[in-house]
Amino acid sequence: MKLIVKISTITLFSIWLAGTAIAQVGKPFIHDPSTIVESDGKYFTFGTGGSGLMSEDGWTWNGGAVRPGGGAAPDVLKIGDRYLVVYGATGGGLAGGHNGKILAMWNKTLDPKSPDFKYSEAVVVASSDGIEDNDSIDPGLLLDPTDGRLWLSYGTYWGYIRLVELNPKTGKRVEGNKPLNIAIDCEATDLIYRDGWYYLLGTHGTCCDGPNSTYNIVVGRSRKVTGPYFDNIGREMLKGGGKLVVAAGDRLIGPGHFGRTVLEDGVEKMSCHYEADLDQSARSVLGIHPLLWKNGWPVAGDNLKEGTYEIESERRGYALQLGVDFTRMPGGMRFNRNNDEPVKPVPSQALADVVKTWPTGNIGVNLSDYMFRPHQKWTISPVAGAGGYLGGPYYKIVITGTGRALAATQDAEPITVPTFTGAPEQLWRIDQLTDGTYRIMPKEVPNSKEHLALVSSGDSTPTLATFDMNSDNSKWNLRVH
Amino acid sequence: MYIKRNALLLAAGCVIFAALRSQAQSAISGGRVDKITDNDTLRTITPFFIPATTSKKNPNSEGFIQRWLLLEPINKSIRSNLVFTNSYLKTQFDTAYFPNQFTVIPKDRDKVKVGEQELAWHALESPTFNVKLFRLAYGLKKHTYAVLFWAVTVVNSPREIRNVRLAVGSNGGSTWWLNGKETVILDGDRRMVMDDCVSTRLMLNKGKNIIRGALINGPGLSDFCVRLLNEKGEPIKDLTVSLQ
Repeated sequence: MKLIVKISTITLFSIWLAGTAIAQVGKPFIHDPSTIVESDGKYFTFGTGGSGLMSEDGWTWNGGAVRPGGGAAPDVLKIGDRYLVVYGATGGGLAGGHNGKILAMWNKTLDPKSPDFKYSEAVVVASSDGIEDNDSIDPGLLLDPTDGRLWLSYGTYWGYIRLVELNPKTGKRVEGNKPLNIAIDCEATDLIYRDGWYYLLGTHGTCCDGPNSTYNIVVGRSRKVTGPYFDNIGREMLKGGGKLVVAAGDRLIGPGHFGRTVLEDGVEKMSCHYEADLDQSARSVLGIHPLLWKNGWPVAGDNLKEGTYEIESERRGYALQLGVDFTRMPGGMRFNRNNDEPVKPVPSQALADVVKTWPTGNIGVNLSDYMFRPHQKWTISPVAGAGGYLGGPYYKIVITGTGRALAATQDAEPITVPTFTGAPEQLWRIDQLTDGTYRIMPKEVPNSKEHLALVSSGDSTPTLATFDMNSDNSKWNLRVH
Repeated sequence: MYIKRNALLLAAGCVIFAALRSQAQSAISGGRVDKITDNDTLRTITPFFIPATTSKKNPNSEGFIQRWLLLEPINKSIRSNLVFTNSYLKTQFDTAYFPNQFTVIPKDRDKVKVGEQELAWHALESPTFNVKLFRLAYGLKKHTYAVLFWAVTVVNSPREIRNVRLAVGSNGGSTWWLNGKETVILDGDRRMVMDDCVSTRLMLNKGKNIIRGALINGPGLSDFCVRLLNEKGEPIKDLTVSLQ
């Protein structure tokens, strides 16, 4: 009986682990975060009321970003070698006033420890008079990569979301520029550009009510920055349209205030806050997801959950496996049998059936068709205290049920070592790419400063090489069977 | 960020009205450009509404119905928009506020007594696809938050049309009836989104059809948009909209 209880407990723990996605660590408490930007080798985001977070690695977040002016829901954008920070001076909500003002100011650095850290005087770039169908809060910035023009969207549920143009050299409103209405019934908008489309992200739902907040992020797109913006069924955002980008999940409720951070070709992240993290006193926390693009629409990817996976090459579809002898399962040909024979389940091959046949030292890896054999099953789990990168922790990748860990050799080849030690070459960065596949990179390759990724050099041969977003050799799927 | 705080609700109206003293609505978007409002000393429902006429009027190019009889808002006690559950709406809209509330087709300026309030019906047309009830209440110097509106219109169909759906979006919870039958309920704390909720398949009679709606809201810009969709999901536009 005790054994049954113990096994059940282990089983439940395993199920819990398999369903856990880890949020940012540290003290990532913030509301209405700006887009995450990098300055002086650190990541920064600013929030409502002068709050702000800083991170050395993008995974552990604590206070430290400094912004004067208070107010609400800032955004920040690097233009040239300076940072333009915008924020709403007000933000009292539907039960408050609507005489809003958007202010803009510059800084050469966002690092308060830098000698260059000094904000310019904030100037008003947009406003509302309290009566009109607009409340000038919640700004979002876009520097149009096609022509260098600078745009600011702003507004909330009090009427229209508006668009104005700023001077990218001064940060001030372009003289004579009139606001355009581009959406209704959302707030916390942000504009982004990709492949000939302008995307308007907005937050729908109810803010500021903890686990009862119904915040969610939606998107529409246009060929022109000035709109009109339509959703995926052709519904204009001026009529409330919008396609869902991210909603609640993984015990995180109420995502709002979208921000996009492009790390490199194929590696994008989206930031937001969650109104309530049920694992952290239901407080409002910073959220970071992989940003995927599906059929021309942005959608939040899933932060990798701890679990057991097939690591499948996008090249041919073969699975990463230990380079050990194939062990046959009992039985052979199973057709041309008497159909009246009773049928019964056949157990899958188990680790105990094969592990004693494996070498005890280092074992190489190769690729082959997946047959859900023990040497093809990998458990991927975050390593506490090992740090991380923007949006994710470093993981260990071990053969399920063992301590045998995937590692990088000094010859830039993947191998497995009998025991995970936490060495940098045994830690793996896993980014979901914009197409939904994954990039898998060792934290370090011994005696090398190169940032290499797990790559298929042949159908059956993996190696470590430079990542190429345009090659399926560089991409992997993490499949659950 | 926009806080919908229930505790601030009743105080909010006073704060807003005090803040609105010397400003008037000069122009609100008919197109895509808004002129910043200079002052509101006029405190009027224009340009959000124009008086309804008896001239022939079809739904607009997207099928939205823009001609309505609107009752001035009934004051309610609403602590939070999060209370707008389905059962809450049923209770609120099943309440008898004035005689024949589920059958009457009032005339412009008809008045009804609701508790201590004497409220008038207004025959109006909205220049926009949506009917901005907040601006109706604001322009008439009524309560704008914690209110319940009634709306009625008459749709004349040249033929019997089957498999029609009534498509509604509303800021605030609302319920809609076609020819006396409850067809769509929009519960929860909603913002107005076109085609947010649609009815099951209905039949539009040849001739007169009555659409009736009730909308309740706490803090927020109350409004709604209504159109009829055919069995292909396309807007039905060869209708005429009258108020009798």
